[in-house]
Amino acid sequence: MALHEKSPPSPSLSKRGTEGGILEQAGRLTRQRFGRTIQLYAPLYLSNECIDICRYCGFSLENKITRKTLSVDDTVREAEHLLNQGFKHLLLVSGEHPRIVSPKYLKEIANHLKPKLASLSIEVAPFVEDDYRELVQAGVDGVVIYQETYDQKRYQEVHLAGPKKSFERRLQAPENAARAGVRRIGMGILVGLSDWQEDLARLIQHIRDMKKKYWQTEFTISLPRLRPCASDYEAPSPVSNEKYLQMICLVRLALPDVGIVLSTRESSEFRDQLISVGVTHMSAGSRTEPGGYLNPKEAEEQFRIEDKRTADEVAAAISSRGYEPVWKDWENIL
Amino acid sequence: MLLIADKSFSSRLLVGTGKFPSGEVMRESLEASGTEIITVALRRIDIAQPEKDILRFIDRNRFTLLPNTSGARDSKEAILLAHLAREAGLGKWLKLEVIPDPQYLLPDPIETLKAAEQLVQEGFVVFPYIHADPVLAHRLADIGCPTVMPLAAPIGSGRGLKMREAIRIIIEQATVPVIVDAGLGSPSHACEAMEMGADAVLVNTAIATAEDPIAMAEAFRLGVEAGRKGFLAGKAEEKLKAEASSPLQGVIYGTS
Ligand code: SF4
Repeated sequence: MALHEKSPPSPSLSKRGTEGGILEQAGRLTRQRFGRTIQLYAPLYLSNECIDICRYCGFSLENKITRKTLSVDDTVREAEHLLNQGFKHLLLVSGEHPRIVSPKYLKEIANHLKPKLASLSIEVAPFVEDDYRELVQAGVDGVVIYQETYDQKRYQEVHLAGPKKSFERRLQAPENAARAGVRRIGMGILVGLSDWQEDLARLIQHIRDMKKKYWQTEFTISLPRLRPCASDYEAPSPVSNEKYLQMICLVRLALPDVGIVLSTRESSEFRDQLISVGVTHMSAGSRTEPGGYLNPKEAEEQFRIEDKRTADEVAAAISSRGYEPVWKDWENIL
Repeated sequence: MLLIADKSFSSRLLVGTGKFPSGEVMRESLEASGTEIITVALRRIDIAQPEKDILRFIDRNRFTLLPNTSGARDSKEAILLAHLAREAGLGKWLKLEVIPDPQYLLPDPIETLKAAEQLVQEGFVVFPYIHADPVLAHRLADIGCPTVMPLAAPIGSGRGLKMREAIRIIIEQATVPVIVDAGLGSPSHACEAMEMGADAVLVNTAIATAEDPIAMAEAFRLGVEAGRKGFLAGKAEEKLKAEASSPLQGVIYGTS
């Protein structure tokens, strides 16, 4: 039914999800809290240098790949390319390399980018509270840090060397960020690493605990599924589309006011399907190698993208499902 | 007529612009609602990219724009946003929202009052979004806010007049128009608020996220009109026992 037709609501949605099942209930809760809107963002890969060995990641130290780190100028050029496509929310991503991708480097980039953007998030190595505080002052308003898995045994099996080996250090990072006044904190698990039910339950509990303690902080959740990359690592606990859909619904029911972020790791058809279920933020037109927007394939990507559509194509797909693609939903002066 | 600051309005329904499925549906819904005042979140406005901006769907000659400070967690941030609105040429009318809690989105009374004081002094026409707190409503009216906007229930919850008693007190004591804001989920909720004597209501989620937002906008318009008429007509007294609508006194039975 077209949205503007003046006929009574279709029975499936008007039954408030009780008979329609959790799919509809999750969709309804999402619409109530976030409306029929999807916020668009783009990842900007700064560096694939990394001193960790993580078995599932293309950037892992042991992989013989072309390494590259963008200069501040390169980064500004990549960002401008994204701005021209309409993006106002950027996520800076990099491997873990304390010397190359340092808080100082990130601060400099933030100082350059912030005036042009609505919001700037980082998905890099964990930092201590003071570093986060300085980054906040430079204009970083979001920090994304996934625990990958809450199963400590599996965590040790896949994180073979480097600072990321410390489960505790990673677990502490969201709190460091929250205490430093970061507005939005993204948390998540790498789906496929371990039993999804166990991991999801622990992640939800972790977010609930954080929400109580840091009641002024906004949280988002992301459930990236393991994708093929230079490591050729097979997911030990793969999750089907059907189960993945269930995971999104469970998150929505458990955390009605938490944004759900969906990357281009998923296929275009599946992403389109997830729009009306619970997702609130989507990346689009992504490249996962540093410098990849202007100079693709000069460096190795972190993982292979599934949804290869351009930003405008994704926006059109969102519109065609009766949702509004939102390019800007923040103000950089805040 | 609803008189706020120096302007009069015939519609008593204010509509928010967030959460609509598209700009076109929003535009048609605004039309169907009959509204004359609409709020837009400053954080959604992108002056640099007008072709992707929410404002392009709003005819500013027809509607009074009420930019809101959503996203502000304290008075400092709200004031920054207000200044941004002024610099962007969005006028001096401003819906003041100071919300530090992203879960229930409840406003901070202390920071709201602080921001309102400064903004009124700077010449802004401040519409403060508040908890249904009668004393705070007094304080805000005293410092020069032309209206107060108590919430009926948390934003977007659609739970209706959960703060009924406090809102009743605010209305009873108000020296400025009272606009019931947030939490109204259905046209009957809006009608009820108007019957209680609210001067206007503001609705967003209930319209924007309805399955048919345009029809819902119209339904809210009718609800507000019915409630207002009901209020003006003066409600008949409530009684415990039945009373026939055609009095029987004087009618003689069984004589023919
Ligand atoms: S997951 Fe992160 S820390 Fe591990 S190898 Fe990849 S980039 Fe480095």
